[in-house]
Amino acid sequence: MDQTAPIGTAPKVGAGDLGATAQANPAVAVSHLTKQFGNVTAVDDVSFTVRHGETVALLGGNGAGKTTTLSMLLGLLLPTSGTIHVFGHDIATDRRDIVHRINFTSPYVDLPMRLTVQENLTVYARLYGLRDVKGRIAELAEDLDLGDFLKRPVKKLSAGQKTRVGLAKAMLNWPELLLLDEPTASLDPDTGDWVRTYLERYQAESGAAILLASHNMAEVERLAKDVLMMKAGRIVDTGPPRALIDQYGRKNLEEVFLDIARGTRSENGGARNDD
Amino acid sequence: MTTDRTIDRPRPSSFSPRRIGALVLRYVYILRGSWPRMIELAYWPLVQLVIWGFLSNFLREESTWVAQAAGVLVSAVLLWDVFFRGQIGFSVSFMEEMYSRNLANLFVTPLRPLEFVASLVSISLLRVSFGALPAVLLAIPMFDVSLFELGLPLFAFFANLMIMSWALGLFTISLLMRAGLGAESFAWFIIFLLAPVACVYYPVTTLPDWLQVVAWSMPMVYVFEGMRHVLFEGSFRVDLFLGACALNVVYFGLGTMTFLWSFRVARDKGQLLQIGE
Repeated sequence: MDQTAPIGTAPKVGAGDLGATAQANPAVAVSHLTKQFGNVTAVDDVSFTVRHGETVALLGGNGAGKTTTLSMLLGLLLPTSGTIHVFGHDIATDRRDIVHRINFTSPYVDLPMRLTVQENLTVYARLYGLRDVKGRIAELAEDLDLGDFLKRPVKKLSAGQKTRVGLAKAMLNWPELLLLDEPTASLDPDTGDWVRTYLERYQAESGAAILLASHNMAEVERLAKDVLMMKAGRIVDTGPPRALIDQYGRKNLEEVFLDIARGTRSENGGARNDD
Repeated sequence: MTTDRTIDRPRPSSFSPRRIGALVLRYVYILRGSWPRMIELAYWPLVQLVIWGFLSNFLREESTWVAQAAGVLVSAVLLWDVFFRGQIGFSVSFMEEMYSRNLANLFVTPLRPLEFVASLVSISLLRVSFGALPAVLLAIPMFDVSLFELGLPLFAFFANLMIMSWALGLFTISLLMRAGLGAESFAWFIIFLLAPVACVYYPVTTLPDWLQVVAWSMPMVYVFEGMRHVLFEGSFRVDLFLGACALNVVYFGLGTMTFLWSFRVARDKGQLLQIGE
């Protein structure tokens, strides 16, 4: 896997392609977003923005509301209240105008297991309306090192290979907004690092916005410009990873996460049970 | 390496045959990769044909009713299979997406719900062609019964049965979306629930009066009555054809609305992400 060669496939967005509008409008603008399931409030009055070329991470324990937030951004889940604008379009009314510019990957969603990697990518490339389907698949096979198992059914792949195939599916349409739910879950450190490097390169070359939900603190520290700390459906703190670590007086983001998850943060911003 | 980055972006209001074709292609890939599935498609129609074919041969000697139109039972079983396979083909294709936890992947693409329905309709047609055609062809040399002798009315019968099977399929997948795979068996038994009043093998007058009212509310009854009329009287009853068409418009319309409502509820409850094995 040559991680130094330019990806070369990603259309540059942001200042170049979208001009002044892209500069002025954030890629994602979420305002007072709330989702209730019966009496349970899964996402509670959440607001944030993600700018073009920027990675923002949603960090929180299980049930914090990360996947629910991503699902609403994808249009898979209807909000109870609040608004979501993507590329300046309200997705409640204009989702069809921007859906081809978004893609996602999630460990909670599979590709059809009986189909080969190539067949899966062909189906999705056609769903996204790509003209040069074979060319794009060949390109992704090279970028993501899928060549050895393109003809293999997805059910016969290892977890790491499946993750790369999921990522290839997510990159088919050169997304300008990538929503990644635990993109390196179940990967060994080497493959995880490889995926993170790929995402950094793609973003550098394309100017895509990335919204990432992860439990991997090192990943978030490395990729994210800003972190949204979520707990019980609310954003309880936000800021760049380094700033949060300093604010909490901790060594790393994992300790900050534990402070927030366990409610051990002191009144002055530091942790009560400092070691 | 640089690829052509052109993406077909039809107007938001437009229907995309290319996206429908993509889903049909997905199903063709599944079929192509599994010979047991191909065999299974044709197996049951052939078994049905053989059983009913021999029964017909026997009844031809014993029953004056069957003797008047030798092909009445075999034609009925073949057309019933078209209806059965149409509905199963529609519903099973949806269940394939549920089994593979693929619905979320599909609905974050530009695919629209009605395009999804159109793809299920196309796949259902494909499955019926693969499944029923061998039985229809075998009936000619084996039992001297050719559905094609029905002539043009055959297309009217076929079209009405297929449309009703899709309407039933729409109700089935709406239920599956609401209740999950726990309701999977509904896809199989719903047809058998309707079979007694569909009057496949006997005239509608065989039913008690109150049940005849129920029977006449279903398009299949018009088709099978029409088929018997062609075989016994040698003429096509336009009134029965129009009755089936009118009811099909109602059922297919209701089925589509139910599906769209279920899809919206699924989006509200987050079921598109959760549905799966």
